[in-house]
Amino acid sequence: MAALESPLPGTPTAMRNAFGNVLSVLILVLIGVLAFSIRLFSVIKYESVIHEFDPYFNYRVTQFLSKNGIYEFWNWFDDRTWYPLGRVIGGTVYPGLTLTAGTIWWGLNSLNIPLSVETVCVFTAPVFSAFASWATYLLTKEVKGSGAGLAAAALLAMVPSYISRSVAGSYDNEAVAIFALIFTFYLYIKTLNTGSLFYATLNALAYFYMVCSWGGYTFIINLIPMHVLLCIVTGRYSPRLYIAYAPLVVLGTLLAALVPVVGFNAVLTSEHFASFLVSFFSIISQLFCYVFIIIHVVALVYYIKGILSPKMFKVAVTLVVSIGMVVCFIVVAILVALVASSPTGGWSGRSLSLLDPTYASKYIPIIASVSEHQPPTWPSYFMDINVLAFLVPAGIIACFSPLSDASSFVVLYIVMSVYFSGVMVRLMLVLAPAACIMSGIALSQAFDVFTGSIKYQLGASSNSTDDAEDNTSTNNAPKDDVSAGKTDKGEEIVKERSSKKGKKKEREPADKPSVKAKIKKKALVLPLEASIVALLLLIMLGAFYVIHCVWAAAEAYSAPSIVLTSQSRDGLHVFDDFRESYAWLSHNTDVDDKVASWWDYGYQTTAMANRTVIVDNNTWNNTHIATVGTAMSSPEKAAWEIFNSLDVKYVLVVFGGLIGYPSDDINKFLWMVRIGGGVFPHIKEADYLRDGQYRIDSEATPTMLNSLMYKLSYYRFVETDGKGYDRVRRTEIGKKHFKLTHFEEVFTSHHWMVRLYKLKPPRNRIRGKAKKLKSKTSSGLSSKSAKKNPWV
Amino acid sequence: MKQSSVVDLLLLLLAIALLATPAFSDLVLSKVERRIDVTSQIARVTKTLKVVNSGSESVSEFALTFPKFLGNNLAYLSVAPSEGKGKSKRTLVNLSVREADQKGLPDSISVYSVALPKPLSKGDTLTLEVVAAFTNVLQPFPEKITQGEIHLVMLQESAQYLSPYAVESQSLSIKLPNARIESYTKFENTKLQGSELKYGPYKNLQSYSYSPIVVHFESKAAFAVAEKLVREIEVSHWGNVQVTENYNVVHRGAQLKGEFSRLDFQARPNPRGASAFRHLLARLPPRAHSIYYRDDIGNISTSEMKSDSKKTELLIEPRFPLFGGWKTFFTIGYGLPLTDFLFASEGKRFLNISFGSPILDLVTEKLIVQVVLPEGSKDISVTTPFAVKQSQEIKYSHLDIAGRPVVVLEKNNVVPDHNQHIQVYYKFSNINLLSEPLMLISGFFILFITCIIYTRADISISKSSPSYLAKLQWDEVLATLQEVQSIVQKCLATHDKLEASLRDLSRTGDIQTCKAARKSTDSLLKDLSKELKPLLGFLQSFPSASHISPKVEELVVKEKELQEKLMAKHTTVVEGYEKKSSGRDIENRIASQQQKIIALRQEIEDLLEFIDEI
Repeated sequence: MAALESPLPGTPTAMRNAFGNVLSVLILVLIGVLAFSIRLFSVIKYESVIHEFDPYFNYRVTQFLSKNGIYEFWNWFDDRTWYPLGRVIGGTVYPGLTLTAGTIWWGLNSLNIPLSVETVCVFTAPVFSAFASWATYLLTKEVKGSGAGLAAAALLAMVPSYISRSVAGSYDNEAVAIFALIFTFYLYIKTLNTGSLFYATLNALAYFYMVCSWGGYTFIINLIPMHVLLCIVTGRYSPRLYIAYAPLVVLGTLLAALVPVVGFNAVLTSEHFASFLVSFFSIISQLFCYVFIIIHVVALVYYIKGILSPKMFKVAVTLVVSIGMVVCFIVVAILVALVASSPTGGWSGRSLSLLDPTYASKYIPIIASVSEHQPPTWPSYFMDINVLAFLVPAGIIACFSPLSDASSFVVLYIVMSVYFSGVMVRLMLVLAPAACIMSGIALSQAFDVFTGSIKYQLGASSNSTDDAEDNTSTNNAPKDDVSAGKTDKGEEIVKERSSKKGKKKEREPADKPSVKAKIKKKALVLPLEASIVALLLLIMLGAFYVIHCVWAAAEAYSAPSIVLTSQSRDGLHVFDDFRESYAWLSHNTDVDDKVASWWDYGYQTTAMANRTVIVDNNTWNNTHIATVGTAMSSPEKAAWEIFNSLDVKYVLVVFGGLIGYPSDDINKFLWMVRIGGGVFPHIKEADYLRDGQYRIDSEATPTMLNSLMYKLSYYRFVETDGKGYDRVRRTEIGKKHFKLTHFEEVFTSHHWMVRLYKLKPPRNRIRGKAKKLKSKTSSGLSSKSAKKNPWV
Repeated sequence: MKQSSVVDLLLLLLAIALLATPAFSDLVLSKVERRIDVTSQIARVTKTLKVVNSGSESVSEFALTFPKFLGNNLAYLSVAPSEGKGKSKRTLVNLSVREADQKGLPDSISVYSVALPKPLSKGDTLTLEVVAAFTNVLQPFPEKITQGEIHLVMLQESAQYLSPYAVESQSLSIKLPNARIESYTKFENTKLQGSELKYGPYKNLQSYSYSPIVVHFESKAAFAVAEKLVREIEVSHWGNVQVTENYNVVHRGAQLKGEFSRLDFQARPNPRGASAFRHLLARLPPRAHSIYYRDDIGNISTSEMKSDSKKTELLIEPRFPLFGGWKTFFTIGYGLPLTDFLFASEGKRFLNISFGSPILDLVTEKLIVQVVLPEGSKDISVTTPFAVKQSQEIKYSHLDIAGRPVVVLEKNNVVPDHNQHIQVYYKFSNINLLSEPLMLISGFFILFITCIIYTRADISISKSSPSYLAKLQWDEVLATLQEVQSIVQKCLATHDKLEASLRDLSRTGDIQTCKAARKSTDSLLKDLSKELKPLLGFLQSFPSASHISPKVEELVVKEKELQEKLMAKHTTVVEGYEKKSSGRDIENRIASQQQKIIALRQEIEDLLEFIDEI
């Protein structure tokens, strides 16, 4: 009727279209705001400060970049770490994050908006998670339409796994890399759907950005060839696939080789070995480039097929296959030789533990000692992706009806990321976007089915004469009702939106006729009550997810870990011991003093205290770390000699025994022993264990009780309560009264969490005696003179 | 300082003083009272001098002398004449003081010359109140102590007033902190009353009399010294004065030697660490708000604030207790309401704000005050109650183009006595306030305009390239599709009319009108389908619309089908009425048709929506 009344034909639909676009833009903006603001809990609850360990290094690099410029940055040799080796920062760091934040800072400052580097660094991650959720929208929209896109974007904006790495202050590579990852995938799918060379080029650039940002780019470089291979094997080869893949390989690899830290690794290491064409246990991996060759072969075959007669074609096939085999064999031989000639067989430790989860803990203690390299437990899945874990299977099913190039890619993505996340808890981060996309699709499809059947049922039930009017009204009525009912939650709106928009999914050139969908649709009509109940349940599920995410963001993932708080009866108690000691170091020691500590605190010491450290979190030199580990595990005199040979002036230990801070050095001590023992065999793990048990009480072994770490941690600890009760280990310490001969305490923080010791100067026996005598007499004199004023 | 060198110096001084010829012999000090307060790290000397002119000429200058080792550490000196005996009558006008040339006096004496308010004629008397503050004159002795030892310092002075004039009567009292007194120089008229040490009175002293004394005592005061303090005072005419102060604080007392043990420091009941200080108290102006306290690596959570209408007190605790020789750095910042500090006079505005640090008993070795005025301020001038080094800079802050003028004031060796108000005068017109918001608005405006132009304008380079042509074609396809859609919508609306006529029939039973309605819709629908045909052909002619045209065709076919069904239903109903069959009967007969119609209608709507999506 409206059509008849309105003079302009077609206006309502156009209006609705425009309205829909405006609405989705608005929703996307809101999703961006949500993604940004849910990550601000750390700033509100704590303060605007850089978090944890690695972010401090990135922050320091960014400071250097903003101070000295890009060229200095590429050539930066950092002599304040890994003393006396130093580290070539420009060549060993993924520069993406630093350059991003540096550029933002530079841009703002040239507009005369004077934000400090720190502020920019703190807020880089939240800003990029907003970008990441928009990229998710684009990707999912390419796969299953904008309804699913909006749902996926909303889910990603608050998925706890991603929040854990991107709260304000968590200035780490992953913060920008996840955006780059999703965006690269989006451009790949976009190219695949459109066959446009423009997008292919953009894709290569996005891939370049990803390579700059994170070592996880290997995931892309493995996943995309696998997908291409999958398409070829399943007979889905098309020119669009070729355009999506070939430019990416050529441009992407060339660009990747420009990043100093990657360099020729981009082609040479086996981390880039793509799809695991696994014949069970022997891993024959296929290079990124192999797929490149394969796709060319396939393209050639299709081309020749087009221009030759079938008979000629058969001849050509035999010819090409035989030549191709020979060429392939040669290439394989060369690559195998190259890879085999490198020491670890081309496999770096982290990737090896990807394939064999037990590899690292067996052979490389330094990798195993990092908790985020451990395989995750089931609760951590629930914690990190929550209800998405249940929605993912539904999403996979939705992707198969119908299966397109794009949806097969997403399915492959989720399968691979589930595998990887099962190996290393850190890679849960790669799983999160995949899970969000799948769940977005699932939610959107489910809403589609339920609202569709409600609509149908309502339409069918009113089959009186005025059904026509009913029909038009029911078109809008349920939507309006529902969306008016819960405009309070952005997520719900999104779902409603998805139900409205997600009606037609076949955005890509539809080779699947809609008749099929229609048949399915009729089969999927559910009873009215069932659909309403199901809708309500889905909304409840969504609400549960939102509640969980907000809780996780506020409680679990917002602690900066350099400042701890505890809620006691008389209010909030703040433990700011780390910064207390770093501030002390930075103001009260000489600028060139060397500080030895376990590598965990290396980045923080260089960034916060600006003192030279022996080892840091980069862990590139196992021997050096083993040296520090050995020193910590040795008796005082031997440790003093090791430290003295390294020019160390101060030793920093973290001790939680007084207040019950569990991740202190005593708890990490076994790793020091293991890593030290791995290089210096005189350190044996068994010497530190009593009957295989690690203990520090009176049953502890003498080696343990005489080790430097034990002594530095518990020096004069017994005098605090008379017994020496360690609140972390929940026991009284073994050796209570002892003196330090080669070290002296120079600083202990307020809650004893950080203790700093100074190496005593080397003693010359004879002169030492004389000195002692002298000092005795002089002190006697001075005390006398203090009493009797010398000026009178 | 080494003990022997000090003694040497003093001996030398004494010798020189005895030898020196009196140059200012016309004046006589009839009474001198000196009070030295050493309860804090600053030695504050208050003198009351009664000057009598015994010569024949009137005198307009008065000389103040200090031993050089004190004079070098003189941070603050003010001289005010006081009239009458009551202290209430003291005038507030400080006399101008300048460092005089030595005029043949020995190097070990510093001389300051005071211009008297009016020349002192023969026989006149004048009382002068002199306040002087010295830093670094309390020498820690011993210079290095361990954590457990008490902090002992030493003061060197002269029991007799060192003056170029003869003194008739004088006395000295030293106010010591209420703690242990290790030793002091004893003369016959020396008295120690509680914590107050008294020398004198001495009568009829020659000019340049000098008798050195040393007092060695425990000091519990915080020897907090800011090696460098940068205060930035930023004036915003939106209603705020933002003060940011960067402190480099060091403990200048006896240095800590040996271990620092937290255990001993926290031990109860006898904590060891008396020489350290934990807190500093800052007294901020009233109505200070948005106070923060941090350093390079983040917020420092140990501070406490009390505020009332008179003042705001901020108790700040550095990250760690400061022992002798330890240093730290921190920043405090606060906002102040503009109305309390900005005033207007004679067409100019002036900012009236205190010069020094708000922290009590803090000595600042180098103070830099930067007053940042709003962008567009002109005719800047500064008045200060004492001499400071002035310069100007430009600072670029939020969205500035020309930059903000900054007045930089520098002064060394600043003590709390310097916490007096300075005035910065400047001219500023309120129009300038609007420039930045306007800039922002126009920036966004230009952005949106650019977006609009970009989306509207055809900026393809080659007008004959295949992709461009394809795009044009696609636009045409879209236009055609819209037409098709509108026509189908019209058809659907016509169907609705037909249904409506059926409802009317069931209500009124008027068969004739119903038939008429049907006729009119019939013709209307025919017209519409005629219109549709060329559009369909047009669509099929495009290769780019190949995947759409089947859908559109399907749509048209479905629509036709729907029409037919509807007509059939109409016919059935009308016939039923003509045969006067019961309503239920008719309904039964059309039930199956009705279902098909609904299904068809649904399908058409789905198809329409699909086309919509394109």
